[in-house]
Amino acid sequence: MSDLNQRMKTQRLQDAIFVNSTRFFAFFVLALLAAIIASLIYGAWPAIEKFGFGFLGNSSWNPVTDEFGAWSSIRGTLISSGIALLIAVPVSFGIAIFLTELSPVWLRRPLGIMIELLAGVPSIIYGMWGLFVFAPYFADNIQPKMTEWTAGIPVIGDWFAGPPMGIGMFLASLILAIMIIPYITSVMRDVFEIVPALLKESAYGLGATTWEVVWNVVVPFTKTGIIGGIMLGLGRALGETMAVTFVIGNSMNEMLTLFDPATTISATLANEFTEAHGELYTASLIELGLLLFVITFLVLVLSKLLLMRLNRNEGAHS
Amino acid sequence: MNLYARRRFANYTSLTLSMIAMAFGLFWLFWIMYTLFLHGSAGLFSLATYTQSTPAPGSQGGLANAIVGSLEMTFFAVLMGTPVGILAGTYLAEFGQKGWLGNSTRFINDILLSAPSIVIGLFIFEVYVAQVGHFSGWAGSCALAILVVPVVVRTTENMLLLVPTAMREAAYALGTPKWKMVMFVTLKAAKSGVATGILLAIARILGETAPLLFTALNNQFYSDMNSPMANLPVVIFQFAMSPYEDWHRLAWAGALMIALFVLGMNVLARVMLRQPKQH
Repeated sequence: MSDLNQRMKTQRLQDAIFVNSTRFFAFFVLALLAAIIASLIYGAWPAIEKFGFGFLGNSSWNPVTDEFGAWSSIRGTLISSGIALLIAVPVSFGIAIFLTELSPVWLRRPLGIMIELLAGVPSIIYGMWGLFVFAPYFADNIQPKMTEWTAGIPVIGDWFAGPPMGIGMFLASLILAIMIIPYITSVMRDVFEIVPALLKESAYGLGATTWEVVWNVVVPFTKTGIIGGIMLGLGRALGETMAVTFVIGNSMNEMLTLFDPATTISATLANEFTEAHGELYTASLIELGLLLFVITFLVLVLSKLLLMRLNRNEGAHS
Repeated sequence: MNLYARRRFANYTSLTLSMIAMAFGLFWLFWIMYTLFLHGSAGLFSLATYTQSTPAPGSQGGLANAIVGSLEMTFFAVLMGTPVGILAGTYLAEFGQKGWLGNSTRFINDILLSAPSIVIGLFIFEVYVAQVGHFSGWAGSCALAILVVPVVVRTTENMLLLVPTAMREAAYALGTPKWKMVMFVTLKAAKSGVATGILLAIARILGETAPLLFTALNNQFYSDMNSPMANLPVVIFQFAMSPYEDWHRLAWAGALMIALFVLGMNVLARVMLRQPKQH
């Protein structure tokens, strides 16, 4: 009897150790996030102290005079991600519709995997291909035409003016768009698939066309999920580093057209961090990293909340 | 009739556009792969690439030290990241489905999954490189390990949730303690899924450049884990940005190598993932 008690006791002890160690590592993941934020704030402190909120709006970046401002980089990050979304969202929507409604069943899996592989291609490869192959082609064949077509239109014509150099803001945005297409597509496919077949069949039964079913049944049913997917893509685009570093041209100067070279937060970091001298220079770069992390964090939280809301609603419907 | 024709027209137009979107997506994948084979296959099939170290500008060489460095750092990153990920994922699926810790960890983990990897590099720079005062292979490994964790947590949890509750109840009914139930029943049932997660994590970190820029840096020679270490992605980055033809050729070979590896692992992982669903 005492032997059994003894064994029960060891088992309980082992259980407690095991359960608590898994709990510890779950907590570790949380702590990791806190540690990242804390260490970035600590590292950026000299810059935060010196520049305050002025850091955000100042667009000069001069290591020689120790004057640093984040605006050029923030602006580049926001514009490139914005254009990337404008291109990627309609394309992803089309691909998701094709894969869920149009494609023959046997083709769905291979085509779906191929689109997902676009996400698997390492970003440095997008960068190399963009710089050596796509940029020259873009400069020779596409850029002059875009300038020509938009020349007469007010405002928009000015965006696409300027010498065709290939590398620059627009090319970076286009490549970013290609990179985030698989992420947005994958979320859209998932949410399109939760639409109850009954709803779609009712619409088809009333004589609706495929497009009408998609636009009037599938999209309204899944709109929170669609926006969540778009936000996820935005989160990815904001933090993308290597591809952008290769093709954006890395210039802190004023950007007059979308074909001008520019920079983003991540590209500035990749280019300058290892060569940064002096406490203030390093701290300013770390503050840029902190800003990037905060912006992506907020976007991703929003995306997650939207997707969670969709899942709850789905539960309520069924 | 007019209305009917208009609806049909709208339908055809939109469906054609969706097909064009599909073609647009696939087009880039094929163009990129074609480019890689065009420029990289010469280097990929030459023996010198695997036997010689990265060269000085203008001289002959290979990628041997970078390949070894990448493999070493990936190995240690997986070694550090996987146990953490599996244990945390186990907690989420088995013990912490409800409750604040489970819910917030699940939420934060999904965010870490998409967090910009360059910030992870900055973090390791701050807490490790800046403290010891030099770049090192270990620092690179740590940065990669942080990228491994969320991938493994996510797949482990998902795969454990696929294991039927009846199996857990059967184990408990026999008086099995929790740790034995997890180790020998649920994790065992989910092991191919968990392995897939590890594979996906490896595929993710093999091509990561940004977190290594400030941690492992680069090295022209073989080195131990405690000094700056050569690795494929950073070598590709530096060689591609250089003006030398020889370096470009090696960069293309390295890029093709990484792409084949990563895409192969992605396909393999998806094939493996498919099996448990068929039961």
